[in-house]
Amino acid sequence: MAKKLYNDPSPLETRILSARFGLENSESLTTYLAHDGFKAFRKAREMKPEQIIEEVKTSALRGRGGAGFPTGLKWSFVPRSSPKPKYIVINADESEPGTCKDRLLMEYDPHQMIEGILIAGLALDAHKGYLYIRGEYRYLIDHMDRAIAEAYAQGYLGKNILGTGFDFDLYTHSGAGAYECGEETALLDSLEGKRGIPRMKPPFPAVAGAWASPTLLNNVETFSAIPAIIRDGGAAFAALGTPKNGGTRLLCVSGHVNKPGVYEVPLGYPMLNFIEEIAGGIPGGKKLKAVIPGGSSCPILKADECDIPMDYDSLAKIGSMLGSGGMVVMDETTDMVKVALRIMRFYAHESCGWCIPCREGTTWLRKILQRFDDGGGRHEDVALLGELSKNMLGRTFCALGDAAAMPTISIVDKFADDFEKRLARDRQMVAV
Amino acid sequence: MTFSPQLEKKFAKMLTSYPEGKKRSAVVPMLIYAQDEVGSITSELIDEVARRCEVTPLQVDEVVGYYSMLHRKPMGKYHVQVCTNISCLLVGGMELYEHACKKLGIGHKQVAADGQFSLEEVECMGACSWAPAVEINYDFHHHVTPEKLDQLIDGLRKAQ
Repeated sequence: MAKKLYNDPSPLETRILSARFGLENSESLTTYLAHDGFKAFRKAREMKPEQIIEEVKTSALRGRGGAGFPTGLKWSFVPRSSPKPKYIVINADESEPGTCKDRLLMEYDPHQMIEGILIAGLALDAHKGYLYIRGEYRYLIDHMDRAIAEAYAQGYLGKNILGTGFDFDLYTHSGAGAYECGEETALLDSLEGKRGIPRMKPPFPAVAGAWASPTLLNNVETFSAIPAIIRDGGAAFAALGTPKNGGTRLLCVSGHVNKPGVYEVPLGYPMLNFIEEIAGGIPGGKKLKAVIPGGSSCPILKADECDIPMDYDSLAKIGSMLGSGGMVVMDETTDMVKVALRIMRFYAHESCGWCIPCREGTTWLRKILQRFDDGGGRHEDVALLGELSKNMLGRTFCALGDAAAMPTISIVDKFADDFEKRLARDRQMVAV
Repeated sequence: MTFSPQLEKKFAKMLTSYPEGKKRSAVVPMLIYAQDEVGSITSELIDEVARRCEVTPLQVDEVVGYYSMLHRKPMGKYHVQVCTNISCLLVGGMELYEHACKKLGIGHKQVAADGQFSLEEVECMGACSWAPAVEINYDFHHHVTPEKLDQLIDGLRKAQ
């Protein structure tokens, strides 16, 4: 049966990773094989490992989890000749507020991701993979278990895959509710059966990751891009995007737009066109106020900063990030005090508590913002919020501290008016 | 302590998925799957998971407090989780949560007297583009309005 998609696709999309979304039984291996499935794996098995990695480098694919690190380079850090077993860990802990794309890649096209994982296995001489899926996505864990069983049954996983002599085992692994476990070293601790707490780096996971062995960690979408890269060539993928920002990516748009949804566009797609034409513009003819470009960790953009191409470098240039692709659009009626508070409630809840600047910082920021929202704001709070946030930056093991500080710094800086208005309202209330 | 044959089969496979001597890796998945069957994380369950994963009960216990989906007291038969994070907040998630509190007569992490329903205000569950979102046990519901939530809850009540 053709599946009804969560949202209608847009004719303006460039569908590479989502090419099979909406096909009848798109999740089955049979459908996958009938639509280019495993062509890339057959090609990769004829290539030298260095050639595979070179092709990924040429594609200019950058990590789709949030950090945007060049994927080919990450692959090249794993010591292929290490006598230890090498592991592949797939980060399906999708938890960055605003992000809901990995769900679709697993739900509609699980074998595309499996093929990408197998190609990484060939490149790194790795023979075991662990798919770490957040616990809330139980239906997807069951779904992936079925897809994996199907691949085993037809010889696409297990021993001597397609007669190549290459063995690979893939397992699902459930999380149990923790944003922090999306951070790669915390994820590894969680995979090892512990509390998900970030590790000191170096050593990086490429050298000492899961069970102290060399480990490659990539996001679901990153692995899902690999088959197209190997099949059509890294250069073709790179050409879809902008220099150093290869290919397409799935953007999840939410908030105040007429057609929220997940859409695949080339890197460098103009943000305003995306909001207007693909996401259907802002309801009720209201004006744009702000955009969180790639998940709640990203510094917020004012409306007048949004006339930019959406690639990693263009967003970095204006002090923000493309992040995980979770774009949150806010119209002119949005109260930024409430936005800042809700974001900080999240980070205070999710801080693992390991590093004091993050644990205490997020809690104090939440308390100050809550007091402000409750009508007890003080004039000096605005500066205090900024100063406190700045003291967290770069002072923690992982990026959660920064992820909490950056949106706060940008909101109090760019939307100080919203805070001033609240103070004026509070004063009036007292006067009455 | 034994589980259903289905779960025993899952656990047997799970314990062989990790490298030799690394059974501790099964702690988190084993806890969450077992919780679904047992109802909550009891001290008996902690001992059992520790035995199977070849770690001390304390090593299991310290994990329980960390993960938000693991709980030491039983939730309702239907655990209603309403997201109020940023994407849901912008399109009525907070109002939806407040409506759920009134409808069920309980608050955050509380269980109704009859044990049928429990409620939790949750963090982002990955349904941002189809907000506001609610997850009841493991079933996602998208574009949820107060009316739609009423229908869902009434439907579950009737089904009993």
